[in-house]
Amino acid sequence: MRHVISVLLQNKPGVLSRVTGLFSGRGFNIESLAVAQTLDPEVSCLTLTTTGDDMIIEQITKQLHKLIDVIKVTDMNEVESVEREMAIIRVKAEAGTRAEVLRVIDIFRGKVVDVSPKSYAVEITGPASKIKAVIDILRPIGIQEIVRTGVISMARAKKN
Amino acid sequence: MKISGAKAFIKCLKEQGVDTIFGFPGGAVIEIYDELNKCDDIRHILVRHEQGAVHAADGYARVKGDVGVALVTSGPGATNTVTGIASAYCDSIPMVVFTGQVPTQLIGNDAFQEVDIVGITRPCTKHNYLVKNPEDLVPTIREAFHIARTGRPGPVLVDLPKDVIGSTIAFPENRQVKLRTYRPTYEPHPGQIEKACQAILKAKRPVIYAGGGVVLSKAHEELTRLARKLHIPVTMTLMGLGGFPGTDPLSMGMLGMHGTYYANMAVAESDLLIAVGARFDDRVTGRIDAFAPHAKIVHIDIDPSSISKNVKVDIPIVADCRHALAAINSWIDRKGEVNDAAQKEKLAAWHDKIAGWRKKHPLGYKEEGDIIKPQYVVEKLHELTGGEAIISTEVGQNQMWAAQFYHFNHPGSLLTSGGLGVMGYGFPAAIGAQIAAPDRIVIDIAGDGSIQMNIQELATARQHGCPVKIAILNNGYLGMVRQWQELFFDRNYSATPLDVAPDFVALAKAYGGVGLRATRKSEVEPVIKEALKTDNVVIMDFVVAREEGVYPMVPAGKATTEMLLV
Ligand SMILES: Cc1ncc(C[n+]2csc(CCOP(=O)(O)OP(=O)(O)O)c2C)c(N)n1
Ligand SMILES: [Mg+2]
Repeated sequence: MRHVISVLLQNKPGVLSRVTGLFSGRGFNIESLAVAQTLDPEVSCLTLTTTGDDMIIEQITKQLHKLIDVIKVTDMNEVESVEREMAIIRVKAEAGTRAEVLRVIDIFRGKVVDVSPKSYAVEITGPASKIKAVIDILRPIGIQEIVRTGVISMARAKKN
Repeated sequence: MKISGAKAFIKCLKEQGVDTIFGFPGGAVIEIYDELNKCDDIRHILVRHEQGAVHAADGYARVKGDVGVALVTSGPGATNTVTGIASAYCDSIPMVVFTGQVPTQLIGNDAFQEVDIVGITRPCTKHNYLVKNPEDLVPTIREAFHIARTGRPGPVLVDLPKDVIGSTIAFPENRQVKLRTYRPTYEPHPGQIEKACQAILKAKRPVIYAGGGVVLSKAHEELTRLARKLHIPVTMTLMGLGGFPGTDPLSMGMLGMHGTYYANMAVAESDLLIAVGARFDDRVTGRIDAFAPHAKIVHIDIDPSSISKNVKVDIPIVADCRHALAAINSWIDRKGEVNDAAQKEKLAAWHDKIAGWRKKHPLGYKEEGDIIKPQYVVEKLHELTGGEAIISTEVGQNQMWAAQFYHFNHPGSLLTSGGLGVMGYGFPAAIGAQIAAPDRIVIDIAGDGSIQMNIQELATARQHGCPVKIAILNNGYLGMVRQWQELFFDRNYSATPLDVAPDFVALAKAYGGVGLRATRKSEVEPVIKEALKTDNVVIMDFVVAREEGVYPMVPAGKATTEMLLV
């Protein structure tokens, strides 16, 4: 099963390689990875998506915890959260398809960010499932290039 | 007052209680060596290879029960430590390794003797540091010692650029190290302790499975108390030997690939397995789904990631083994209402069963006239030292025979590279042990192959007056590999005969030590006696039965009940 795991780390050199080294060394897979500073400049937040059965996910979170520079590990599957990813997709847009591409983008509340005579580059933001849906729809029209940020995720505030 | 980085380094080590360093100098650490030579409170043991320094620090740490320290130069000095660090990491040995580094402004420039040792050792250290700013030097060293010795212990590496050592700094006052992100759990959860105790009192076929964590946390007394009070049989991993007295009637010896028949059978039929500071290594479990298939499992470990890693655990207890066992003992004292006679009665059938297995396949070997059997040598070593020596081992058959036939009664009396299995570990570790315990008898039970991997340390032993005794079980083979070839590769002895070997007796003499040889069984005892009364490093060359095998043996990937027997 796919899990989104959020890791708060000391913002120090070499810390990222401790995390990625752990994954490669232990044969855990990383599907996406996003990392940047948090409100506290001494702390970074790393969000990764991975897959595995319960025992593997348990090992992943425990092994992450064991790293001295890791402050907190949260399996976002176990909390209410908002998940977002951004993708820039360059899609073929020639005479016959230009209008259709725009229509699709509009439905998904995307934005055209680069225009050329034969293509549009469009920006899509949403949960990973939405990005996938857009890609599936644009693929028959002709996708030339995709760049994705990887998933980021934040726990929802308590309602009461 | 400001002092040099090198002076601050020495001062900080003293503050951490360091009195011995194992090391080897070079350009990048020459300033430290300059200070070290002027310092009377720290003894420097000059090894002959940096790998030796790390294994010696490992042996020293195990015997002292404190952090071992190694110091080496940059580049090749640093890379030579990697095997020793990896071994200490697998065995959770507290250690700090200091490596020299090129000056900070040259880092990344492929400078002479530059290597990214922090990158290289990242996966085999508990933590590591590159000290980039002079003011971080002392706090980093303090942190390194703190991390090495607390929680699940392990090696920490600190890389010291030459300009940091050469800088001038104010020595910061010593405050207790507090890390925001690192707080090991020592105290067990009371609810889990209660669950464990109830399971223990209910069990009809319990087994305690004790690992290196018992030795590391000095939990042997609590463990012994629990086992004796409730009459629970105990088996140990290689790293756990000595954590419970090997000569106690409740001891079933080692389990796993070369464990005893009765220990493996008992685990297989147990209804409760109490794992203490052990990690369900594949050499212990064999085929994982056939390991303790009927047992409920209690697992005590200070490292949460060890729990439910290989085997699903029913009652996990994250804690220091000593604290957790103490809590179990006191719960049972308070609430258990254990009636000794009733408890004995309840487990009588279980003990009868184990006694039956023990009788059917005791640990043993076949005598062959005057030919020396390697097991006999270990038995004689046990007898003639009263079981009170510190034994280190190399790796291979020698290691397994030492584990099987020297019945360890005390924690810290077996030093072996358990997790990584490093040939060449035993002799330098023995030197470290001898330095930590100058009055003890220290014996390296060695193979003729392994001993050659760090034989150069004979000079270290001589120079620093370490009367370590080396007992080579000389079978003329890389024996353990040969045994696998015999059993699983049609006796195709590829690259295992050691056709050329040194004359070990002459070799010992060449270094100024003593060499003794036994080629017949009747010579074994006189040779050992002679060695034990010699105040010098001694090689005992025991020319043993060439194709002797280690049994019982669980072939790799088989269930532990599928043992090949003598
Ligand atoms: C550094 C290293 N290289 C290779 C091995 C693989 N290995 C394990 S046991 C063994 C044979 C050891 O031979 P020897 O020291 O003579 O011991 P014996 O088994 O004959 O007692 C080898 C090669 C190892 N454990 N360590
Ligand atoms: Mg041999």
